[in-house]
This record gives sequence, structure tokens and C-alpha cells, in this order.
Amino acid sequence: MGFIKAKFNAPGGVHPAYHKDLAAEQPIAEMPLSASLVVSMSQHLGKPAAPTVKKGDSVLRGQVIGEAAGFISAAVHAPTSGTVKLVADVATAAGPRATAITIEPDGEDTWVEGITPCPDWHQQDKKEIVEKIAAAGITGMGGAGFPTHVKVSPPPDSEIDTLILNGAECEPYLTADYRLMLEKATEIWQGALIIAKALDAKTIYVAIEDNKPQAIAAMQEALPAEVGDAQVVALKTEYPQGAEKQQIFAVTGREVPAGGLPLNVGIVVENVGTTLAVWDAVVNGRPLTERVTTVTGGPVAKPGNVLARIGTSCADMVEFCGGTEGPVAKIISGGPMMGFAQADMSGPTTKTTSGLLLLDPTSVHAYESMPCISCGRCVGVCPMNLMPNELSQFLEAEDYETAEAYNVMDCIECGCCAFECPAHRPLVQHMRRGKAQVMLNRRKQAS
Amino acid sequence: MSDLAIVSSSPHAHSGSSVRRIMLDVIIALVPALLVSVYFFGWDALRLTLACVITCLAAEALSRKAMGRNLGIDDLSAVITGMLLAFNLPPTLPTWMAVVGSVFAIVICKQLFGGIGYNPFNPALAGRVMLLISFPVFMTRWSEWTLPSPLAMDAVTSATPLGLVKTTIGSTGALPFTFDGTTMLQLFVGNQNGCIGEVSAAALLLGGIYLLVRRCITWHIPVAYLATVAVFSGILWMHHPQQNLPPHFHLLSGGLMLGALFMATDMVTSPVTKRGMLVFGVGCGILTMLIRKWGGYPEGVSFAILLMNAITPLINRATRPRVFGAPKGGKKQS
Repeated sequence: MGFIKAKFNAPGGVHPAYHKDLAAEQPIAEMPLSASLVVSMSQHLGKPAAPTVKKGDSVLRGQVIGEAAGFISAAVHAPTSGTVKLVADVATAAGPRATAITIEPDGEDTWVEGITPCPDWHQQDKKEIVEKIAAAGITGMGGAGFPTHVKVSPPPDSEIDTLILNGAECEPYLTADYRLMLEKATEIWQGALIIAKALDAKTIYVAIEDNKPQAIAAMQEALPAEVGDAQVVALKTEYPQGAEKQQIFAVTGREVPAGGLPLNVGIVVENVGTTLAVWDAVVNGRPLTERVTTVTGGPVAKPGNVLARIGTSCADMVEFCGGTEGPVAKIISGGPMMGFAQADMSGPTTKTTSGLLLLDPTSVHAYESMPCISCGRCVGVCPMNLMPNELSQFLEAEDYETAEAYNVMDCIECGCCAFECPAHRPLVQHMRRGKAQVMLNRRKQAS
Repeated sequence: MSDLAIVSSSPHAHSGSSVRRIMLDVIIALVPALLVSVYFFGWDALRLTLACVITCLAAEALSRKAMGRNLGIDDLSAVITGMLLAFNLPPTLPTWMAVVGSVFAIVICKQLFGGIGYNPFNPALAGRVMLLISFPVFMTRWSEWTLPSPLAMDAVTSATPLGLVKTTIGSTGALPFTFDGTTMLQLFVGNQNGCIGEVSAAALLLGGIYLLVRRCITWHIPVAYLATVAVFSGILWMHHPQQNLPPHFHLLSGGLMLGALFMATDMVTSPVTKRGMLVFGVGCGILTMLIRKWGGYPEGVSFAILLMNAITPLINRATRPRVFGAPKGGKKQS
């Protein structure tokens, strides 16, 4: 049974230069412990975790240092053993400030007691699996960081029949998921079976863009015998094939209702890195304390895929990759389409840092935006079928009511519109601001 | 602080497209038609094109300066307006009239509405129609050309093919010539009477293909426009072949190719949705044929496109795509 080609294709999409060759052939390399790790309490979507340690406390690797603070929240664990040096607010990669715990490693890297491997995960029932995922503090590692235990415990009235593993990695430059699929295919499949069990999902798809034939082959080869209905699906190479709603449509032809969730159409999507973390948590009993990040871009001396502890500073990761050669104009946490630009490399990595991208001055352009010439390209490339041309004009005029009526809230902020715009209008930027304002207005009205 | 990296909101990549590049591509696409025009009409073609382009650029620069706007003329859009206006003028038109048309197109039809992106009507077409209404005699005075068709017995005429058909049918009730292979080839390469840039379907198609390859236009408007004209004229022709010329005559004569490939596809004044573009093209085709068949003018491309320009915002509104995930067939918008 070979892989299948996706039968469907979501609207829109663009074809940016991929630059995956920089790091794609570099095996995952584990970097040594940094001298200091800064662990944010806000690495996930939802309420930040509540710190459970204070300055001067000794911690062990895997020890809870932040408790999940509410239903949509996730626990945070010490990435190594050491001493808490500081509990203070720092800016996150996306901008807002959140409490972070600075740990000075003792170099012993001692695990906390109570880490119990369970090689035969089949003995565990659904409830135990979900509890283990929650205790491990796993969040979506593809970018948004939605707490995984919430995703795998859908409301009782919803029936999930399909699990999709997202291995599209449609962001240019990034190769972390690609390397994971090449090197950890068996473990990822086991993770998928675990999640499928928790969800009662009968069908498992692994969705991979067709520009990664090796990853498709690796996942195909590792397809476990015990699995019933499972397939590797080759997606057309097009940004944003990794976007949840677009990927669900490409793989199954099901459309997630506007404003709805994948579970409304009986589907859960998990990133391949997240799936591996689930395997690690359920089989090895280990909480999420490290992840693979692609450190890449022109100025990086030796681009690569780095396995680093959560909280490692960007500067240390770049240093591990041979430092920089030549000037750096932009530092991006994530990929070039949706990543967050950083002013410097002092910030720490989190559970969602899929990439650390440095751009040289020749790849960074400043544009003066022109009036819209109604070329319609943004309309053509929008994967949600929105009309960014007029939405941006409503938002420029601060007409949030009209923008909301014209579905600004359905924007997934993929950036295709701004990428394509010949007038260099900040289209997605307007939408992002508009969405935030609409949310603010809604909250004001509610109170 | 200079060692801090640049911080901006994503995306951090761009396709590399620009308004200037699009305009440059359109100019490049117009070059074959310009060369053919110079071949057939000589100095007059060059004279009118230069007069229009220079006037448009000067009018654009001066009006922007007068209005205190910062944008210059380096987006090249005024060059296209000038070229397209010139292409829509008869070869013998006095230079000063071309200058008047150019000033009208840029100042009244473009800059007073807010400049690039804000003009509801195609400025070049609006300039042409203003000249046609103001100077009807000069705007319909053509040079002489030979019709090699058997019926006409190599007659020499100073009308355009469409004009000849309209006046002859009006007075005698019969067609002035048969449309055979020789005539078709002549019209295809551009050996016919007409405005300087519209005569050669071959050169215009070459430019149109370039625009398609460069993704400056999509196929929707030209194909919908040309297909509608072909179907409309085909029905008339099959219904009454003694009174109507066949579809390929309609496709190759008048300003249709220039209009369908270069004027109706003007980004600013045509719809942004794919379905809207189809509606727009079909509308242009129907209006063109209504005017050609029953209107007072022999040619209707300019009026058809301008009328469709006027309802472009409505077409955009009516053809808004269904938001991904919104109920099918249901209400598109709240």
C-alpha cells in the first residue's frame, strides 16, 4: 500500500522560495546545556501557567515549575536540574510580557523522581493517556501552542473518526518536522496510535507536502502492522498546506465550518512533533522539556536542526550552529511567513519555537505601500476566500463593524495576501490588528 | 541601538511583485502592437504615441505637484494611459487633440479621483470617448486601404471595416464584401483601417500572451469577452448570413482585441473576483455586440468597457466568494 495523493485542494495559496536545502540534510543534533535557561509560563494558547517555585529553590528536570491555570492552559516543567535564579516578567517572542523562571543548571541534569516508563502503552486506558499528556504539559508544537490534552479530550457529544498528523511544514526554511519524520518515524506512529486511542479515531492520515519525498517514504515504511486504517497523504506543495482547516479539506474534503473547530467535522489534527512528545510522555513518562528547532538562514554559519532544552536562548542556539557570518538584519522566531521578528537574540525558546531564522540585509526589504490597484491577487491567494483588499480598506478607516460583517474574524493570518500584494500593502497586518480590535469591542459589549 | 535587528509584523517574505513591474510588463506587451502600427501608419503612429505618453507623464507630475501629493510618476501607469489612448486614435488626428485627450484622461479621469487605484473609469478610454464626442469628424477620419475581397473587387475605401459594414447595410441592405481567407489574414496581421494600435490582432495577441505568462492578467476577462462576442455574432450570422458578418470578422475587426486584452483587463477598473471577471467579460461582449449591431456607432468596445467599469463595484459585491467553511448556497454575508 503506497501513499496517496490528496484528492482536494483548499482555495488560494502561494509559492514562496522554500530555502529548505539549508538545513534539510542536517541530522538532529542535541546541544549541550546552556549556562542559563529562561522558561516562560506562557508557552501555550490560553491562560499562562502559575509559577510553583520561587527564587533560590532547587529544581529537578521534569519537575513542575508552573501549574496549568484553568482548563485551557498547560503545565510547565523544569528543563534540567538546577537553581531558580529569578522569577520575573519578560517579553515573549510574540511581544506580550509573561512571567518567566530563570534556572541556572547544576550540570547534573537529574530527573525528578516518579518518571515511570510504560513500554506497553496499550495497557493504559483513554483517561490515563489524557492525564499523562496533561501532566507532561504538551502543547501544539507547530506554532499556535494549543494545549494537547484539551484537544485529545473532545466534548462527549462530538465523535472523532479521523486523526491527521500534520507533517506539511509549509513554512519556508523550516526542516525540524522533516528531520523528525526521517529519524523518528516509528515513534511518531506510536504516538499517533496513542492519540487515536484517546480519541477513538478509526482513521489516521499523515499529511506531508510532496516536496519531501524522503519523509513520505520514511513514514510509509514505518507504518506499523497493527494499524488499521492509516495512510500517508502527499499534499501539493503550497503554502499554507499546514494550516489546519486547509489541510483537513485537502486530506478529507471536509470543510470546518467558519468559526468552528476541526472536531465539528470529526477530526483532530496534531503536528508530528507534538505526536512524538505524546509518545515520549506516555511511553517514557517524560514531560516536555526539549524540542527540535531549525536554526537557519543566510547568516547562520552552520544551519541545522537543534534538539535543545526549552528556555535556551536564541543566542546560544546560533552559537551552537557556528555563530553568524556577516550582518544580520532580521531575527525571526518561527518561519518567514508567520514567525515573530525579534529585536535581539536574548529571548528564550519555547515549546512552539519551530525555527530560528536569521535574514541578511539583502533578504530584508522595506516597502512604501501604494494605493490598492485592485489587481485581485490577494483575493485569489486567500486560503479562506476572504477579500483582503476591501477588508484592509475598512480597517484602515477603522470601520470594525463592516470588517466583522465581511468576515475578518475568519482570517487565519497566514500572510499570503501581504506576500503577494504588488502595492506592498500591509494587508494581513491590518487584519491582525482588526481582529484584535473586534475581540476587544466584543468583550467591551459583553461587560 | 543600531545593533538591534529590524522588527516588523510577519510575513517577512514577499513575492517580489510590484506595481511598477506590472506596469512595465504591460508596456512591454504593447510594444509589438506599436511596431506594427508604425509599420502601417508610419510617422503618425509614432507622433501620436509620443504626444500622448509625454503629455500623460507631464499631466500626472504637474497635477500631483499641484495637489501636494507625494507619489511620483515612477509607477509608470501614466505611460500606459498614454500608449493606450494613442492606440485608440485615428492616424490623422492633429497632435493638439491628442494632447487635450491625454490631459483629460490623466487630470480629470485619474488624478481628480485620487490618482492610481482610485479612478472608476479606464482613463485612456474616457479620454478617447471625450475626443470622439468633442471632435467626431477628426476622430472618424481614416486613411485609405484596399479591400482584397472578391465582392469588393479590390476596392479602395477610407472607412474602417466595421464602419463600411454599418453604412452599406444601412443604405443597401447588403454586405459590402465577403469575408474570405484573404480578408481574414489581412485583418489578422493588421492591414486594415482603424485606430493606430487596434489594427493588428496578431501583435495584440502576442502581447496578451506575454501578460498571461507574466501573470499580469488572468484569462477570465479576455476569454469571456471574446467568447461572448463570438457566440453573439455567431447566432446573428447563422440567423441571417446576408445581413451579418461571421464571428471571426467581429473578433478581428475594430478595437475588440485591444479592448479585450488591454483595456477591459485594467486592474483598477475591473472586478477582483474570478467570477466577477467572467461577468465583466460577458457584459462587455454583449454591450459591444449590441452597439455594433444596433447602435449609432459602428464600434462599441470603448462604450461597452466604460459602462462595465461603472458597475464593477456592484459586480465585486455580487460575486464575493463563499468564505471557506461558510454554509454552501446559504447567505454569503451577514
